[in-house]
Amino acid sequence: MDAGMDADMDDGLATYNFAYLDEQTKRMIRRAILKGIAIPGYQVPFASREMPMPYGWGTGGVQVTASILGPDDTLKVIDQGADDTTNAVSIRAFFAKVADVATTTETAKATVIQTRHRIPEERLTEGQILVYQVPIPEPLRYLEPRETETRKMHALAEYGLMHVKLYEDIARNGHIATTYAYPVKVEGRYVMDPSPTPKFDNPKMHMSDALQLFGAGREKRIYAIPPHTDVVSLDFEDYPFEIQHFEEPCALCAAQGVYLDEVILDDRGGRMFVCSDTDYCEKRRAEGHRGHLAGDTLEAAE
Amino acid sequence: MAAGAHIVEGGFADPVFASQSVFRAVMDAMARPGPVQAIDTDLRPPAPLNIAAAAVVLTLADADTPVWLGQDLARDDAVKGWLAFQTGAPLAGLPSEATFAIAANAAALPSLSSFALGTQEYPDRSTTLILQVETLTEGEALTLRGPGIKGSETVAPRPMPGHFDMQWRENNALYPRGIDIILAAPDAVACLPRTVRIGEGES
Ligand SMILES: [Zn+2]
Repeated sequence: MDAGMDADMDDGLATYNFAYLDEQTKRMIRRAILKGIAIPGYQVPFASREMPMPYGWGTGGVQVTASILGPDDTLKVIDQGADDTTNAVSIRAFFAKVADVATTTETAKATVIQTRHRIPEERLTEGQILVYQVPIPEPLRYLEPRETETRKMHALAEYGLMHVKLYEDIARNGHIATTYAYPVKVEGRYVMDPSPTPKFDNPKMHMSDALQLFGAGREKRIYAIPPHTDVVSLDFEDYPFEIQHFEEPCALCAAQGVYLDEVILDDRGGRMFVCSDTDYCEKRRAEGHRGHLAGDTLEAAE
Repeated sequence: MAAGAHIVEGGFADPVFASQSVFRAVMDAMARPGPVQAIDTDLRPPAPLNIAAAAVVLTLADADTPVWLGQDLARDDAVKGWLAFQTGAPLAGLPSEATFAIAANAAALPSLSSFALGTQEYPDRSTTLILQVETLTEGEALTLRGPGIKGSETVAPRPMPGHFDMQWRENNALYPRGIDIILAAPDAVACLPRTVRIGEGES
């Protein structure tokens, strides 16, 4: 997969523009980004371009990143919290090549972070930009397939349907079962899809010091949350929003209060829970933190 | 000298990197209303178009974006010719047809509500007003609150349009419709997105 994409890239990039996109496309995307920032949570339509990678690879995020990136930037790309998946590695290599930018895996060193499915554990800072890859930008889409209707609902701020859906969740499960792409209301106005991040990450969007930009390539939408902006997860008085809690700390770095992934160790049911944010976990281990399985996995690796 | 001799000169020497850096300054200014962002460029636009306003319009405008010019700019053939050559943007006959509006004289600006305000379903279809000012730091201080602002910020532009506070409150009341303003001093910009509230006390 990696090699195939590299070959495609080389074919198409014989005479590429800086950051791949032509200037007219960048202007169009830049205009959409500015409108998105001025109307937090509103989905701005844009004329998405073909990129040298399939839609599932985050072409919306890639186009946003390509339109903001400059030679002074340092780019980090994560996929499900990890810097080393095929998707993350390929996108990082793509921009290192077409925009000649510095890349990093360290959250604190990045000026632009493109992400699929996670927000880094380390608190983002003033001046950083988080670019989300979004598959389905419309939070009402599963409830109402017609674009004309969802657009009307946003125009009137008529979000009753969304509450009905969450309430049906409660009726069926005794709690709100939605754990990913959990809808938020931005600055008291627009209901927005935070992309398929775990709801664990929703509170990080609220009053973030960083600018958050969202790009949906196939659906041709860009939206934004400026820094220091109110982002509230939808809930009910009797069923308040809650994030996931994990019983045990990270097996490798002993971190608590972070999002953990389950890793299967063997075919006898052995498993462990580790940080989904690989950079965060590595940094903690480098600082000397040890989880209860840190030694075992080190031995196993040798 | 004929205007024609000048329209091909004075643009960005390196448009790709210059527009990227100008865009980031504008994006920062829009995302964090108040703080002044420096515009560092080699542009030499014809007066009375100032450098920062010219940099913003060259970065964002093109054949897809009708540009409306305030009267001081509209009656200057050198300015019109230069903008047409450098951006390819058509001139908008009415403020309400403009994607971008550039005004060099705040006193002669039509009311903010005469620009495109977007619709309730497409509030993005609104005018971005690039308003030239002499200073962003030495005018009367405006206290700003809203998204992008931690607590409050100030910006002190001069000159500003008449009854600006009242006009801006009317703009706020249209939300999510409304215009956004890029204030352009010769060497810097600051932004007033439609979400910004001016001069309110603690709420
Ligand atoms: Zn860990």
